Amino acid sequence: MKVAVIGAGPAGTRAVETLLAHGISPVWLEESADGGGRIYQRPPAPLARDHRTLYGFEAKRAAALHSAFDAARSRADWRPQTLVWHIRPSTRQLHTVSQGQQAVVDYHAAILCTGAMDRVIPIPGWTHPGVTSLGAAQIALKSQGCAIGQRPVFLGSGPLLWLVAYQYAKAGAPPAAVLDTTPFATKLAATPGLLRGGATFAKGLFYITWLRAHGIPIAEGVSPIAIDGAEDGVTALRWRDAAGREHRTECDALGLGWGLRPEAQLADLAGIPFRFDAVQHNWIPERDLAGRTPVAHHYLAGDGAGIGGAEMAELAGRRAALAVLQNARTPIDTAAAAALDRKLAAGQKFRVALERAFPFPAKLAASLPDDTILCRCEGLRAADIRATAMVDYHAGVAPELNRAKAFSRAGMGRCQGRLCGAATAEVLAAALGQPVEAIGRLRGQPPVKPIPIAAA
Amino acid sequence: MSTPVETAEVIILGGGGAGCSTALHLAQRGVRAVLLERGLVGGQASGVNYGGVRQQGRNPAELPIARRSREIWGRLPEIIGTDAEFSETGHLKLARNEAEEADLIAYLDTARQHGLPLRMVGRNAIHRDYPWLGPSVLAGSFAPEDGSANPRLLVPAIAKAARAAGAVIHEQTRVTGYYHGAGRFELTAEDGRRFAAPVLVNTGGYWGGAVAAAFGEAVPIQPLNPNMAVTEPIRYFIEPNLGVVGGNVYLRQIPRGNVILGGGHGESEADPANGRPWSRPLAEVTLETLRHAVRLVPALAGVQLIRSWSGIDGQMPDRIPVIGPSRTTPGLFHAFGFSGHGFQLGPAIGAILAELVTEGRSTTPIDAFRIDRFPVAAATAS
Repeated sequence: MKVAVIGAGPAGTRAVETLLAHGISPVWLEESADGGGRIYQRPPAPLARDHRTLYGFEAKRAAALHSAFDAARSRADWRPQTLVWHIRPSTRQLHTVSQGQQAVVDYHAAILCTGAMDRVIPIPGWTHPGVTSLGAAQIALKSQGCAIGQRPVFLGSGPLLWLVAYQYAKAGAPPAAVLDTTPFATKLAATPGLLRGGATFAKGLFYITWLRAHGIPIAEGVSPIAIDGAEDGVTALRWRDAAGREHRTECDALGLGWGLRPEAQLADLAGIPFRFDAVQHNWIPERDLAGRTPVAHHYLAGDGAGIGGAEMAELAGRRAALAVLQNARTPIDTAAAAALDRKLAAGQKFRVALERAFPFPAKLAASLPDDTILCRCEGLRAADIRATAMVDYHAGVAPELNRAKAFSRAGMGRCQGRLCGAATAEVLAAALGQPVEAIGRLRGQPPVKPIPIAAA
Repeated sequence: MSTPVETAEVIILGGGGAGCSTALHLAQRGVRAVLLERGLVGGQASGVNYGGVRQQGRNPAELPIARRSREIWGRLPEIIGTDAEFSETGHLKLARNEAEEADLIAYLDTARQHGLPLRMVGRNAIHRDYPWLGPSVLAGSFAPEDGSANPRLLVPAIAKAARAAGAVIHEQTRVTGYYHGAGRFELTAEDGRRFAAPVLVNTGGYWGGAVAAAFGEAVPIQPLNPNMAVTEPIRYFIEPNLGVVGGNVYLRQIPRGNVILGGGHGESEADPANGRPWSRPLAEVTLETLRHAVRLVPALAGVQLIRSWSGIDGQMPDRIPVIGPSRTTPGLFHAFGFSGHGFQLGPAIGAILAELVTEGRSTTPIDAFRIDRFPVAAATAS
């Protein structure tokens, strides 16, 4: 049996490890040069540092995953720097490009462990140089050992906001401010559920307490107004506090993000149906706890199948590999599979609490000022999207998201809506007076990411 | 309990370019028309095609319609309130060997007979006038009145104008029941809604074949899935819409910088047992098209491809549509199976069908498109 595993983060690594343990050496495709995923990204060798410095509380987990990856790599058909840009489920073929070379990979079963990316909300001025996502700010630090600025501001909501702020402070670039758009009361209300998360919850509290103790300005329940900047970059963030007072915080860089969204384009191209998850406020591909999807022979694990975090991703990767083996009638330890199922189910409950603590601020996105650039690839402003919902629009009203895309080109640029899609949906839904789940989601179209024509 | 029947003078089945322009022209003539579309208007072949507004190279039988349509293209802003990004860039058809060059020369006569402006661009001029063409190009023929437009805008804008003129357009309305008796068509939608009219216009694209079959005149129609792709925006330098003899690649650049290219076919399930029809591009076809494109325009090497797509059109064995009255059912008129040629023709199809419906004749010759060119038995057997 030929199994393809796409992605070498926590889910992909554990999936491959499990397959190897059962005598199957999979084709292992990874877009970056190394394993570990974005969460446990390793610096290139010349910049190597110890796990404690790089990953803090997660050091042990990171080290364990890296050693699992290192052990598995040589035993699998490891293909780094390889983008899977199209999938054809009917013939079970992956189309890949690696350093300019096209290739086709046949498989009997595929486990898609494609991870997640930051969910951002454009705010006025977000296209100034120096504005980046929280995840990118963290990767700059982890991978290259460099900060996005000397005095960055971090804005958004979710566990990553506090973690990145902490990591920057420790690395010698103390944030000028950490601004959380979620009011303290919302988080407090979710506390009972969060306690289920045990260590994860405790870590979150630790970061916040540490930042306060070290004099980093913190505010919760804020509303961003605009990012000020000049040609050469960001100069300040203007924002309003929970009481409505306006502030201006000077900074030389800004990291923003509101949780994560699955990188699920490949699942989409594989024909796996999606559903709107109201708690995550994301469209996620359908799968069961073990990662089986309605499309036979195609499995999902990790954040690409709905955000669950790294710990859950490792469990899900193991479980999906067992599901592949079960389907092939390979004997597995069913008690171990059942134990994984229990942990995955418990993890989902904690996730619900976490999402409730840090809800996606849909209103913030929906109420962007008209002149805010929304789709930066195509240079479209919020007003351009709202126009497609108006009866006087020259091509008629766009009743759903793909029609608004067709009319306005929103999400038709290099990013194909990966960056702007979430906010565009909120803006359109609000303009149409519809709940966001009623206007559909941007259809995935190959390539998953741009591919060079020279590689044809 | 029976559902009330919505009545009209004409029911139009299918909201692509042909159907929506028919709704517009009928409404302008004061005819009460109801258009039924299974998805959104312009969602299939009319909306996902290449966007070529091309007359040169067409089957001669199509040229009178293409000429009439081109005249309407030039007046779109006054008719539908937008030009749908129509730009008269000219269309340059390229030959890559002597046989292809002979093909281009032979077509000059056809063009002349139909009053289509067309001129050869010879072996020297082609590389002087278009220095970005690759050495594989030998010669070309240039049609200055041709160009391109945005297929995502045209049909929705025609539909909007049709509504404003009084046509009723029901989207998300999939017809599953067909009945004709006592000079009246009765159609039933999936959700039970019923519609009736003495005249039925079948502009169902690929699915027009099933409508014809429902009235006893099945035709040998196949799904056609153009394999389309687009690059990231680059410096604007390809002004004309480009094609080649044989058609294995076609490409155009919009002033915004993106290069839109097509060639070959994707895959589809046009009649799925469950769910909606789907279509998708094929990776190997996309890559093959890109190789052809780079041979035509070497500067495209190194540019990034950002998206590819397909759609579902209906293709007839002789690559020209079915247009005209039914042979089995009085009051039924067809215009479907445009075989990849419908985008440019669409605006004129409505004018022709409105003539057929209200006057019983077309001022543009359409005899070549009669449905009875396909024997009923042969189609049924296939």
